[in-house]
Amino acid sequence: MHNLMDTLSNLSIDAFMGQLMLGLINGAFYAMLSLGLALIFGMLNIVNFVHGAQYMLGAMLAWILLQTLGINYWVSLLLAPFIVGAFGLLLERFVLRRVYALDPAYGLLLTFGIALLLEGSFRQKLGSSGQPYAIPAELRGGWDLGFMYMPTYRAWVLIASITICFAVWYVFERTRLGSYLRAATEKPQLVRAFGIDVSKMINLTYGLGVALAAVAGVLAAPIYQVSPLMGSNIIIVVFAVVVIGGLGSMSGAIVSGFLVGFVEGLTKVFYPAASSTVVFVLMACVLLVKPAGLFGRRA
Amino acid sequence: MLMASPVKTPVAAKAADARRRQILAWGLGIAVLAVFPFMVYPLFAMKVLCFALFACSFNLLFGFAGLLSFGHAAYFGIASYVTAESAKYWGLTPELSILAGTAVAIVLGAAFGWLAIRRQGIYFSMITLALAQMVFFFCLQAEFTGGEDGIQSVPRGDLFGVIPLGSHMAMYYFVMVVFLIGFLIIYRTINSPFGQVLRAVRDNDIKATSLGIKTRHVKLAAFVISAGVAGLGGATKALVFQLASLTDVSWQASGEAVLMTVLGGAGTLTGPVVGALIVTGMQQYLAQFGSWVTIIQGAIFVVCVLAFRRGIVGELDRIAHLPTVWRRRRAERRFTPAPRPTTDF
Repeated sequence: MHNLMDTLSNLSIDAFMGQLMLGLINGAFYAMLSLGLALIFGMLNIVNFVHGAQYMLGAMLAWILLQTLGINYWVSLLLAPFIVGAFGLLLERFVLRRVYALDPAYGLLLTFGIALLLEGSFRQKLGSSGQPYAIPAELRGGWDLGFMYMPTYRAWVLIASITICFAVWYVFERTRLGSYLRAATEKPQLVRAFGIDVSKMINLTYGLGVALAAVAGVLAAPIYQVSPLMGSNIIIVVFAVVVIGGLGSMSGAIVSGFLVGFVEGLTKVFYPAASSTVVFVLMACVLLVKPAGLFGRRA
Repeated sequence: MLMASPVKTPVAAKAADARRRQILAWGLGIAVLAVFPFMVYPLFAMKVLCFALFACSFNLLFGFAGLLSFGHAAYFGIASYVTAESAKYWGLTPELSILAGTAVAIVLGAAFGWLAIRRQGIYFSMITLALAQMVFFFCLQAEFTGGEDGIQSVPRGDLFGVIPLGSHMAMYYFVMVVFLIGFLIIYRTINSPFGQVLRAVRDNDIKATSLGIKTRHVKLAAFVISAGVAGLGGATKALVFQLASLTDVSWQASGEAVLMTVLGGAGTLTGPVVGALIVTGMQQYLAQFGSWVTIIQGAIFVVCVLAFRRGIVGELDRIAHLPTVWRRRRAERRFTPAPRPTTDF
């Protein structure tokens, strides 16, 4: 207790809020990625191991577009997800489709292999060191909020990710298209009998999930270093997030993403040594208390 | 046909034949292992055997229990750290330090297995992967593991305090015995009533439960055995290379165990050994080409899943059984009358 009081008194409120903010930013990326995973798992019954690589692809593409063609951040934010999403459509159409009938374990192995292929190729071309990506001029600087300094870019990431997550949630839970998609998840045969092209819906859902990962990648590029390894570093944490939240619900994926980021931020303040393991400890605790996940239905 | 007759019944003759063939296979296998270090560099041969144990342990779970553990590096790696630590700083003899490493892997396996079997299917894979990543970060930060440097220049010591293992040849034969022990454990586990139960749980969890099998106990027991054998491999590797490092506890190492098993043939006895030989050999010869190893590993995964799910040994096994299948089909065709029209909706 004494130790804790010591830490608290030494801690300026500014640094404390700064760490929490950083945690929330991480949480924003966890939320977007786990939402994509949940989306894809719901439709394809596949754990998309290549999700991390697709996130890396988004960031990498933004960096390459800037370096070679001078295409700026705002265009990349639209263009990169579009290209990566199109790649996802092709991947689903010609590769992933072949393993739906098999045990889901094979889907995991297949996407793991594709992730290795992508990561290895980029490492071969660019090396594994990180490349900086400059924050766009419009989003530089920050505001002094009195209790903390808020960099504009971080605020932008937070707002953008919450908006995107909400939009995806809204489309899937509140629109007619979303109801078709959810119906196709539950009873694909029946939905097919109504004359809806379920294969095309699966294809588009995968493309959307992949594009979501790429958007996260572009948003992340100015915050983290752009490197071929950025995807595999984050995907395992996102898996833990998914176990905590359960893949069953969209809102669960979003909430647990932010929750994990928040807890990580808190740990960085009070016990920095554990900040990289706390996610997994949290996951173990959830498994002990609520094996199906915080928001999960019985798996 | 229950009379006791001096003439062997066809069934008994078949069993004796199978037994003879089995003894022959074991003899042949041991002979190959004995001459292995004369064909390749002994250090490479030892590396193959350590990874073969690692892959076999993964195969016990994935191939025979249907549990895709994506975090087996945790047991492999932690055992190598404990063995290195105990051989270097506590001055234990090699066999005792290997036992110490294996014991810690077993305890860790029991704890993680108990957590992971609470969820099924792909959740199980994600949980094992996440828990293994926790061990990785622990090893990165803990005092005794030496962080990025690992534990270096671990002494191989004297076996039972008398036989020095400094030379690669002496070490090889020790590693070979350790490998045979680990392999035998896997073999006995698979070919026992417990192995049958394991397969029943793999093929139909619910039916197995309805037959009174406590599936969670069975899965946990398999998990612990598997973690122990993985630990045995990792512990031995630490002594062979006189090094324990973060590489062996990383998710890439877990992926390699999966790759070796899938390539060699999941659910076959010798598949993981063949896979370990190929994957380790590939790493050895492609090491100078940087990330090409990762690219090729990824490509092998994709090809194996899409077109080659039996793996090498599984495929060979199928081809070896083709004549029997053809004979049976021909016999069936001869004896079955023309098919009646079916009313199948």
